[in-house]
Amino acid sequence: MSQAILEVDSLTIAYDGKPVVDGLTFEVAPAEAVGLVGESGSGKTQTALALMGLLPATAHVRGSATLGGEKLLGRAEAELDALRARRIAMVFQDPSLALNPYLRIGKQLRLILERHGIADGATATRRALDALASVGLPDPDRQARAFPHQLSGGMRQRVMIAAALIGEPDLLIADEPTTALDVTVQAQILALLEEVRKQTALLLITHDLGVVAGHCERMLVLEHGRLVESGPTERVFAAPAHAHTEALIAAHPHLDKAPALSRPAAEELLTLDGIRVSYRAHGSRLKAVNGVELALKKGETVAIVGESGSGKSSLVRAVLGLVPADAGRLCFLGEELSHEVSARETATRRELQMVFQDPLGSLNPQMRVASIVAEPLDVHEPGLSGTDRRRKVVNRLEQVGLDASFVERFPHELSGGQAQRVAIARALVLAPSVLVCDEALAALDGSVREQVLNVLKDVQANTGLAILFISHDLGVVRTLCHRVLVMYLGRIVELADNDVLFSSPLHPYTRALLDAVPVADPTAERPPVLGGEVPSPLSPPAGCAFHPRCPQAVEDCRQHAPGLRRVGATDVACLRASEYLAKA
Amino acid sequence: MGAVPTLLLVIVLAFFLVHSVPGGPFDSERVLPPEIEQVLLERYDLDDPVPVQLAKYLGNLLKGDFGPSYRSTLNVNQIIAQRFPASLAIGGLAMTLALAAGLMLGTWAALRHNSRLDRVVTGLAMTGISIPIFVVAPALVLIFAVYLNWLPAGWTVSPGPAKYVLPVVALALPQIAYITRLTRASMIDVLQSGYVRTARAQGLGTAAIVRHHALKPALLPVVSYLGPAIAGILTGSVVIESVFGIPGLGEGFVTAAFNRDYLQVMGIVVLYAALVVLLNLLADVLYGLLDPRVRYE
Amino acid sequence: MSFEGLTLTRLATNRTVRVSGGIIAAIAVVAIVAPLLSPNHYMAVNFEAVLQPPGLAGLHLFGTDDLGRDQFVRTMMGVRVTLVVAIVASIVSLVIGVIYGAVAGYVGGRVDAVMMRFVDTLYAMPFIFFVILLTVIFERNFVLIFVAIGAINWLDMARIVRGQTLSLKERPFLEAARLTGVPTMAIIRRHIAPNLIGIVIVYVTLTIPQAILVESFLSFLGLGIQEPETSLGSLVDLGVDHMESSPWMLIIPGGLLAVILLCFNFLGDGLRDVFDARQSR
Repeated sequence: MSQAILEVDSLTIAYDGKPVVDGLTFEVAPAEAVGLVGESGSGKTQTALALMGLLPATAHVRGSATLGGEKLLGRAEAELDALRARRIAMVFQDPSLALNPYLRIGKQLRLILERHGIADGATATRRALDALASVGLPDPDRQARAFPHQLSGGMRQRVMIAAALIGEPDLLIADEPTTALDVTVQAQILALLEEVRKQTALLLITHDLGVVAGHCERMLVLEHGRLVESGPTERVFAAPAHAHTEALIAAHPHLDKAPALSRPAAEELLTLDGIRVSYRAHGSRLKAVNGVELALKKGETVAIVGESGSGKSSLVRAVLGLVPADAGRLCFLGEELSHEVSARETATRRELQMVFQDPLGSLNPQMRVASIVAEPLDVHEPGLSGTDRRRKVVNRLEQVGLDASFVERFPHELSGGQAQRVAIARALVLAPSVLVCDEALAALDGSVREQVLNVLKDVQANTGLAILFISHDLGVVRTLCHRVLVMYLGRIVELADNDVLFSSPLHPYTRALLDAVPVADPTAERPPVLGGEVPSPLSPPAGCAFHPRCPQAVEDCRQHAPGLRRVGATDVACLRASEYLAKA
Repeated sequence: MGAVPTLLLVIVLAFFLVHSVPGGPFDSERVLPPEIEQVLLERYDLDDPVPVQLAKYLGNLLKGDFGPSYRSTLNVNQIIAQRFPASLAIGGLAMTLALAAGLMLGTWAALRHNSRLDRVVTGLAMTGISIPIFVVAPALVLIFAVYLNWLPAGWTVSPGPAKYVLPVVALALPQIAYITRLTRASMIDVLQSGYVRTARAQGLGTAAIVRHHALKPALLPVVSYLGPAIAGILTGSVVIESVFGIPGLGEGFVTAAFNRDYLQVMGIVVLYAALVVLLNLLADVLYGLLDPRVRYE
Repeated sequence: MSFEGLTLTRLATNRTVRVSGGIIAAIAVVAIVAPLLSPNHYMAVNFEAVLQPPGLAGLHLFGTDDLGRDQFVRTMMGVRVTLVVAIVASIVSLVIGVIYGAVAGYVGGRVDAVMMRFVDTLYAMPFIFFVILLTVIFERNFVLIFVAIGAINWLDMARIVRGQTLSLKERPFLEAARLTGVPTMAIIRRHIAPNLIGIVIVYVTLTIPQAILVESFLSFLGLGIQEPETSLGSLVDLGVDHMESSPWMLIIPGGLLAVILLCFNFLGDGLRDVFDARQSR
């Protein structure tokens, strides 16, 4: 500990006199991995930007930070440039924004080598290719000539890591490096970070305690800009000293814990039969949803999980009639629903409501909260008196944890979490039968998410609300949903009750998804990582769509696409499912 | 793409406009004896139905023949050949000056965003956009030719290159102002982008970041502006040529319009439309070269 | 429509908007009132007092022109004409542009592609030359000038409104409204119009100086407003003829024209800041 490579002492960052980081002191030893965790707004990213010298001019920075004896704070830009890439480097959250779309990948790497005098000419080209190969990019020769938009998100993040490590820095800062990625790709990137940073100290910034538990020796916990706890990861997880740490650990999903759920009724509210959705793209048809059947019961929550390109959003949008399905039948209480929302009867329209992923985008910036929440009432209960209308609005707002003072606000005066709760209040104000949530909790931090989850559960217990719940967060799925539907390239690969699916997943893809979830336990064993990425839905593989990535694929899987069939208590689309059940 | 239909549309529109005039080109001043008028009409194909005239005109255009002038012994090709060089020289120089100065000033201001220099450049650019060219040009003459007597005001009287200075500067000023604003705004956008932040984190330094990372994307709006810019320069040249007495195409256009010399008017409109269309085409090509996402669509 | 409170406060506190708007208002008021108060009539010719410099003699504040007419009153009449032409032309372009752009953006798909292709084609035309041609062919008249200017300027408005409508259409709050069954008219009134209005106001403000430019350009060429009526462009045209002997005839109307244009451009920029702040978080 005495020979720390990074020493940060009383770092304070303030805007307009308000501190966002307050007296932060910590050290990072050479080749050590340290996790910096906290909720959004806790000052994690600000700390990283301060160390890199990338804060805007409006930030007031005090305190000191030294990297191997070199001061990092208050240096001239030119002096910092000499340290960047060679001594300290950073990987940003969203690789699609962090790479220059106008420059070839190889050129972006070569520029670093040339500017820092590490290599030039043919040597630089060689080194760039080596760097790309070292982060597991297939066919580096070709990728070096590609532009970023020609690469997948995971591949782009690999390139970012290659760029950060190409100058062989002493310290690598990774700011939420996997947050923008799918869960199996996240696991790949984390494994890659572990592997490539052998000579480099790592400061890993994340909101995900599972990531820290699996990859960091020590951890620091921030709350509102203050360091509330630090220590070896195993010790902190075993015996958290601060209440906030304890709360964070408690809020982290535990997939092994069976949840207490209300019992759904037998009555089938919504049935989907052979739903197909496709789009025109680049002259051919993209089959986003390829024949989905489901019956949603009153009071039941069905989770839809799967990575990008699985068609889960298209499926629920087709259910709501926002995107017309090409084929299939949709029935609500036995009545067939039109595929186009505008053709549906007013009475059924109030029964199906949705909460969108982007909280601010789902609120009209020109309307006050009161009018936003009341709008559905204006349509469906026009006779309502002013006081009744206001009472209903306030009731709903209070139900989602917002008091009456919010009614006069405009959306831009709300935080992301508040905006999402307003959107939920709007969706619930008509007391619908079915609520569709498309990543509705993704933008919310742990404590707020907990609260909103409880709201949904309460409403469900009281009114028999049925919920279609899209989420990439399997922890939330585990605590909220009665059944889980796993999609891959537009098809259901597995559908089972919560307990059955989480305790004995049958489809190899489901197992890979569960394995990829970072477990908030430093002592847990890390399962092997699923390779490859989701293929383009424009050209899905023949046979079982999953076979190119499947560790258990046999020759038959390449030839035949399995249909959904009952194996044990599970509906699963895998030729070898019975073998797996027998082994389990 | 779309260049040929646009050009064709311009020609047809102009042609029908010209031929919908109440009264032909020969009945303005004095009444001609009917037999002479008939000879004139036949000579200029004016006795054919309008669609036939259009077909003939288009056929001649394809052969590069703009037709005869109603007013001059020269044909329109000769008039254009005579007047184009001066317009081309002034317009070309003004365009070059506008691009060079606009790009430099815009980048400079963007790099010092929110500084005093930035505010001065922004203010000047706003002023440059706001002062009409027909106020700028005489004002420049008044100051630099009449009061200070540094530069010549007339075109024909002075043989040296000094005569280019005032017309070119006056013609370029509004475009400099516009391109400065465009460049500044897009450069500020680009400099705040995630990939420039990455480049800063890689320690590339401002010069290399601007040169390698920022210039290309920041240029895109300016490239899109090439077509409108040439249109602005052509419009401005009408004023400039009349203020400085330059015998160019702009001046020729106004004179011909007043004289109802329709084939000359047509000729100049077609030429100008072709220039604008050409620049738009060039802009599309450049855009594709700069933006890989367009190229690989 | 909830277009109150915040926006008004921001408008009032934005210095650019306040100053430039104030100057425009002041100029407009003077232009309307002053000719009524002045003893001089804008058409009154006086060959005894030709090309007088500005001064109090005969209350010719801006001097007199080559026919001895009072330049101050003529300049104010010119401001009136210039403003009226520009505002009417901007309204023409506003109506065409907003309808065209909103339809293209809202309908989308192939209709949008065709409509925008047409706009692109028009963009590539040397319009001003058509206008010159038109004014020469059809003699000069006021209406033609409105139409001509409006016909040029609606293109920008159409593009902007279409872009904004397209991006609005993608926003989840519109889908939420569709889902609930908010009627189309109410969606347009409550969700689309209020979110377009800011950007439309901004671009109308920026269209006015462009219309002023075109009008004064035509008048400068002698193709616009005809004697004895006048506009700032015609006054500048006359001023150029006399600029060596009587520079004020160029400087005053030219300067006034520049100030008006500058104020409208600054006003537009200021308004954009106000509305942009409203759009973002």
